[in-house]
Amino acid sequence: MQYSWLLFQALVAVFCAPLLSGFIRKVKNALRMRRGAPLGQPYRNIVKYLAKEEIVSETTSWIFRAAPFVVLGSTIAALMFVPVFSFSFSAAGMGDVLTVFFLFALGRFFLALAGLDAGSAFGGMGSSREMFISSFVEPVAIVTVAVVAAHGWSAESGEMSRHIGTSFSRMVAAAALFMVVLAETSRIPVDNQETHLELTMIHEAMLLEYSGRSLAMLEAAASTKQLIWFSLLGGVLWPWPFGGAMTLTDGIAAMALFGLKMIVGALVVGLTEIGLAKMRLFRVVDFLGLAFLFSVLALVILSLGY
Amino acid sequence: MFFLNQNLQFCFDPLALFFLGVIALVSFPSFLFSAGYLRVHFSRRRSLLAAGLTVFFVLSMAAVVVSANLIFFLFAWEFMSLISYFLVVFEHEHEASVKAGMIYLVMTHIGTAFLLAAFLLMYARAGTWDFEGIRIAVPAFSPTLKNVLFILFFAGFGMKAGIVPLHIWLPYAHPQAPASVSSIMSGAMIKIAIYGILRFIVGMLGLPPAWWGNAILVLAGISCLVGVIYALMEHDIKKLLAYHSVENIGIILLGVGAGMVFWHWGWRVLACAAFAAGLYHTVNHAVFKGLLFLCSGSIHAATGIKDIEKLGGLIKRMPQTAAAFLVGAMAISALPPLSGFVSEWLIFQVFFAALRDATSGGKLFFAGMMACLALTSGLAAACFVKAFGVAFLAMPRSQAAGEAREVTLSMRSAMAFLAALTIALGLGAGLIWKMLCVIAASFLDQPAPVPNDLLGGSWALIRFPGTGASLSTPMILLALCGGAAAIALVVRLRPRRPVVVKGKTWDCGYYQLDHRTEYTATAFSKPFRIAFSFFLMPYRKTEKIRDSFYHVKEFIYETATTPVFKRYLYDPLVAGLLKLAHHAKGFQMGSIHWYLAYIFVTILTLIVVFGRP
Repeated sequence: MQYSWLLFQALVAVFCAPLLSGFIRKVKNALRMRRGAPLGQPYRNIVKYLAKEEIVSETTSWIFRAAPFVVLGSTIAALMFVPVFSFSFSAAGMGDVLTVFFLFALGRFFLALAGLDAGSAFGGMGSSREMFISSFVEPVAIVTVAVVAAHGWSAESGEMSRHIGTSFSRMVAAAALFMVVLAETSRIPVDNQETHLELTMIHEAMLLEYSGRSLAMLEAAASTKQLIWFSLLGGVLWPWPFGGAMTLTDGIAAMALFGLKMIVGALVVGLTEIGLAKMRLFRVVDFLGLAFLFSVLALVILSLGY
Repeated sequence: MFFLNQNLQFCFDPLALFFLGVIALVSFPSFLFSAGYLRVHFSRRRSLLAAGLTVFFVLSMAAVVVSANLIFFLFAWEFMSLISYFLVVFEHEHEASVKAGMIYLVMTHIGTAFLLAAFLLMYARAGTWDFEGIRIAVPAFSPTLKNVLFILFFAGFGMKAGIVPLHIWLPYAHPQAPASVSSIMSGAMIKIAIYGILRFIVGMLGLPPAWWGNAILVLAGISCLVGVIYALMEHDIKKLLAYHSVENIGIILLGVGAGMVFWHWGWRVLACAAFAAGLYHTVNHAVFKGLLFLCSGSIHAATGIKDIEKLGGLIKRMPQTAAAFLVGAMAISALPPLSGFVSEWLIFQVFFAALRDATSGGKLFFAGMMACLALTSGLAAACFVKAFGVAFLAMPRSQAAGEAREVTLSMRSAMAFLAALTIALGLGAGLIWKMLCVIAASFLDQPAPVPNDLLGGSWALIRFPGTGASLSTPMILLALCGGAAAIALVVRLRPRRPVVVKGKTWDCGYYQLDHRTEYTATAFSKPFRIAFSFFLMPYRKTEKIRDSFYHVKEFIYETATTPVFKRYLYDPLVAGLLKLAHHAKGFQMGSIHWYLAYIFVTILTLIVVFGRP
């Protein structure tokens, strides 16, 4: 029973993820006084890519072909460990939130290798920058999660979000995690999804050689990963107490609440992106350093008992 | 000759057996590998010599581990050091080998001197050379003596393990030996130092004061970061791997140090878990580092190149070596579901537990350690993206790399064995974890039953005590495969049958891309060089060679980082020593009258000081 809920959740999450990307784009365009693309544009893109022919560089190896499967596969596997709808149906007894981070690292590792595989300087540059930023993201993410887990529950993300009530240290930890989310979902001020200028792109530079169905998979993976990060942030900041045995009403309420959380998250991220300029690559270290300070601050507040 | 009168005792307790197992796991494939590898590089006679030396090297390591007597231990230890020295200088026609051997010899003997001092102190108080007798006598030692012994042991074994700042010999010595020997040195020999720390500091000195564990943790954290940052800057594949050994020894000691701190706090179950996590990383590192060194040997045998900047595209010409290297690289980068992931996950759980239950100061301290480990694992992943990406992917950067051929069967099967073992150590985590908990419980307190909390879970599931977290690598693998299979199914449901076309890499429409336009390892690591410039102190030299004012014919660009420990610690130390020797030379007059005077003064002093009734 639990596992069928898990699969259902994964299915819904993967399917809804592009909608979240579309909605953030819509928010940004609305703030810029533009009409923008329709909400369903990410879906249209994916369908279009699936139908198109795929061009693979002859310098590449099997790594390049395998990377989209590994990236999307690891993202879907990560979904099993995250309580997307704030149920306690994360795969209890299989892993915890650290597993999620390391599964992301697996996808990133292969994507960075694929970036180098074509032999183009763009891809290599993207890989280098991606690994650079992610290695500074990791300490912040892990310490933040540890602070939340240190409330007395385990780092199993289902357990973490089951606890009701928000404490001050949790709020500060959420601030740190928000900065991590910006960095991990390729958002301004760390990266910019909208640009293809070689000086500024990071995630897009690694995808530059991809086309057709591989590109479709990587886009789907990126939006699913974004959904996971948003739901982690939502679980930390605004936990919702649904116990183990759930009824249908509980389920519908939880999904409605999840939708609400995503809308709020998208509005905040959209506003942040519009309000900030992209940072130089080396300023990102300072940005993540600030995030790290927040996570340590959360720990200090926690040990003071708030 | 009292010291020859020892009863030559062996001990085969679980700790010794574990390390014997580690030595065997690394040595067996290395022998298999050397059958093919040595023949490529050396004549028949020298190959035999190398193989013979390696046999004795392995035997001496085994002797260290099973000895139950200080004298025997010391002899085996010295034997191990000397034979490994001969293997480091095996290619003595290269100046670099001789220099590396010299550094190794000096450093390892400084380490042995510390150990000797510790052993003599122990004997002086306990009156016996036997481990068992000393263990019984130790509780009567004064705290000061215990502290002194801790420092001596930690310095002595730390030298062998390559803890920063005593790591200086490691990146010189390990790469100089033949690859099959580097694999044993990095996989097994530095683990013997971990054995020493566990046997003497944890197993013999008893309940530690708080500062021991804290000191180990701090130095381990520094070793992790320094090791991995230097590895990122290094483009010689074997040196890169050697620096990663420094990093991984740091990770192992993070487990051991946390165990000592927990033991001091009275958290017996968690202490046991922390030591078991350290042991888990010990065997994992032995296997995947052995594998990676063998792969570097394959590359060297096939191309004659160690510098990754001159490699490239090897995945097409050496697919099996590439696959083996990829497995090792994924394991060392702690990617699920391989072995390195399990042990790093366990060490993170150890820190999580500390963060939950410790006092405020302890919480902050362990959060710092956690951040160190997280940063290290991120940087290690970056480093192996660099190593694999530059050496194996894209286009070859030299003719030798372009003409490489896959290596012989014996070399490939050795790598395949270790790669399979890396995967097995990841997937069989539940089973191995239980075994390691039994071992950890055995040396923590004798005789101690294994805490029941540690034995929950099944062969496929780890239940970590304290944090209540659990991990099942087979399930993760299942989720990964299921996810990938589902995608493969979905992308087949396309509106129209798509075509895959071979094309050229996008070159902005300018000209044919070739190996000169590829991203290099130096470029890849540049962001890290800049971010850590406060420590690396990089400098560069640029020079334009002009035809005329308007046209630059050539552009020379050189960049290097400052070897901080050598320049600011070892060079002044050596300079001071030489200066002292220079002054001491004054006593060496060469005149027999002076020497007679020295003898006279010495005797007189001795009579005055000791000659009183």
